[in-house]
Amino acid sequence: MASSAHAAVGIVGVTKRYGDYIALRDLSLEISDNEFFTLLGPSGCGKTTLLRVIAGFEEISAGSIFLYGEDIGALPPNKRHVNTVFQQYALFPHMTVLENVLFGLRRLGVDEDDARKRGFETLELVQMSGLQDRLPTQLSGGQQQRVALARALAPRPKVLLLDEPLSALDLKLRQAVRLELKQIQHETGITFMFVTHDQEEALTISDRIAVMNDGVLQQVGESREIYESPRNSFVASFIGETNLLPVRDLRVDGARATCLLSGDVQFSFPVEGGESTGGGLLSIRPERLSIAPPQEGLLNGEVVDHIYLGTDVHVVIAVAEALSLTARVQNDGAASIPDLGTRVGVVLEAGATRLLRN
Amino acid sequence: MARQETREQSSREPSGERGIYEGLAYYLMAPAWGTLFVFLVVPLGIMLVYSFLTKEFRGGVIWEFSLAAYDQFFLDRGLFGDEPARIEWTYIGIFWRSLWQAGLATLLCLLLGFPTAFVIATRSGRWKFVWLFFITIPYWVNLLIRTISMKFLIRDNGPLNEWLLALGVLDEPLHLINTDFAIQLGLFYSYLPFMVLPIYASIERYNFALSEAAADLYASRWYTLRRVIFPLVKPGVVAGCILVFVPSLGAFLAPDLLGGAKKFMIGSLIEEQFKGNIGNWPFGAASSMLLLSLVLMMLTCYALSQSRARG
Repeated sequence: MASSAHAAVGIVGVTKRYGDYIALRDLSLEISDNEFFTLLGPSGCGKTTLLRVIAGFEEISAGSIFLYGEDIGALPPNKRHVNTVFQQYALFPHMTVLENVLFGLRRLGVDEDDARKRGFETLELVQMSGLQDRLPTQLSGGQQQRVALARALAPRPKVLLLDEPLSALDLKLRQAVRLELKQIQHETGITFMFVTHDQEEALTISDRIAVMNDGVLQQVGESREIYESPRNSFVASFIGETNLLPVRDLRVDGARATCLLSGDVQFSFPVEGGESTGGGLLSIRPERLSIAPPQEGLLNGEVVDHIYLGTDVHVVIAVAEALSLTARVQNDGAASIPDLGTRVGVVLEAGATRLLRN
Repeated sequence: MARQETREQSSREPSGERGIYEGLAYYLMAPAWGTLFVFLVVPLGIMLVYSFLTKEFRGGVIWEFSLAAYDQFFLDRGLFGDEPARIEWTYIGIFWRSLWQAGLATLLCLLLGFPTAFVIATRSGRWKFVWLFFITIPYWVNLLIRTISMKFLIRDNGPLNEWLLALGVLDEPLHLINTDFAIQLGLFYSYLPFMVLPIYASIERYNFALSEAAADLYASRWYTLRRVIFPLVKPGVVAGCILVFVPSLGAFLAPDLLGGAKKFMIGSLIEEQFKGNIGNWPFGAASSMLLLSLVLMMLTCYALSQSRARG
């Protein structure tokens, strides 16, 4: 609670109910000043609801929200010093680009000369100089997205909320704008709170990521931490791809661990030490598995499928009934990919596995 | 990248599909044009011609060119037509009172219709239709019957006064019948749906994310209503105002039945001219033509002011 008062955004025990449906479940979270923070999760996980709750569009059923120490939970949206970039931009269609950008400044009572100066500066920041007299309908999707960003940045909010702002853009544009967003966040020093369902977007853009599911925070951490040390199977499988193997009787003996996989397959593999023991789900990323001749393999199986990804190929290996592994192989040419039906071995290095309790 | 995108135009070019129907356009529009011609252009033509003919005393016209109808409307030459011409204020006065009444009715319909339409448009799925249904129910009953019922309802010893007296709200009956208030009530009641429905259609299309965006950018609710919602639903508001104002201006049922003889409006004036043996067809036709010109002039002024505002 005390530290929540110093964070840029402090969310303390927030619950949001719609009738019987619980969109946010006793959620607590802190976002630091000047942070690029991402809320990541599948659709319906509550990430947009959380953003709308902070903006003030939805009332919370329980809990409190702090903005730099100020309790804003009961304030209407126009009294909260945060601005939103909407998913479908929501530009005022009857106003020019400049009028859109000046809207917030004028409402804040900034005098007209100052407002215009800041308006033009912001348009320059998002590289829209010269288009200030256009109407939103005369702009492309990418341009509208920039205007929406400028409109939300111009009043210099304490926190900028971005609700999947890139989802309507095509891939190439999305990748370029992503980098620019990061740069703008750096230049302006404003705390960004970014919502996305795209895990790649989240990993590349964020200082920290909060993974959500069913209105509950699953894990909060830096990109690397989230990817390499997922706390549970949801995080492990939602962020990137992974092999999740149910295991029993995991025992660690120095630098080696042994366990039973489904179908009572014995599996012995190297570990770095300090691994947990017992049962659960063993998560192994496809890129940490390599293919070897059968006699060297920790597990052996038959190649049953190729999934072509361009730079890489996912090779699916059936080890036993209801037990298959996916290994990621770099696409160096046809020779490096084992043919379908070949018997191969699978090897991994210490540190490639992670035991998850659920 | 950004530069490139800046240059990229999003101009909406006419699509190729249009070409396919181009040749058929005239045939497809023919029924509409035909209907308009037979039921609008021809009757208006007849009225225009009649307004320049000489009146027959028991209704009808004599085919002889005359400006008498217009003369009678604007000029007063005394009882026997031998005095020097002065401006005749009677009919101009009736026009003026009608304009005022119609304007007031339109304003009342707007003040009540806008919030009604707003509430209906923001209800969830099924309720929307239930409310719209309620709004249109009175239209299942003929306007004449509705107006007569209204007259019965508000007369001095009618149910309204009886209830108010019985409840002790009043000590003596309210005199409502044959007042401007009664006319307003009649017009308002008759034309309210014409205000609600077009505004409802506009608000239905309005993207409420824009209201959220405005609130997010520090706008109060009132400011959002005036500067974001209202400009965007204005086409519906204008349509509603025209749909209420124009028929209110020419209405004769409500003024006749609820306003009585002293509260004459243009509609009643025109109606009288074509009724029974005392009518004056050319004068009625001339009054109609003048009313039509007035309405067209007002609409043209509005259209011009709009195109000027758009630059």
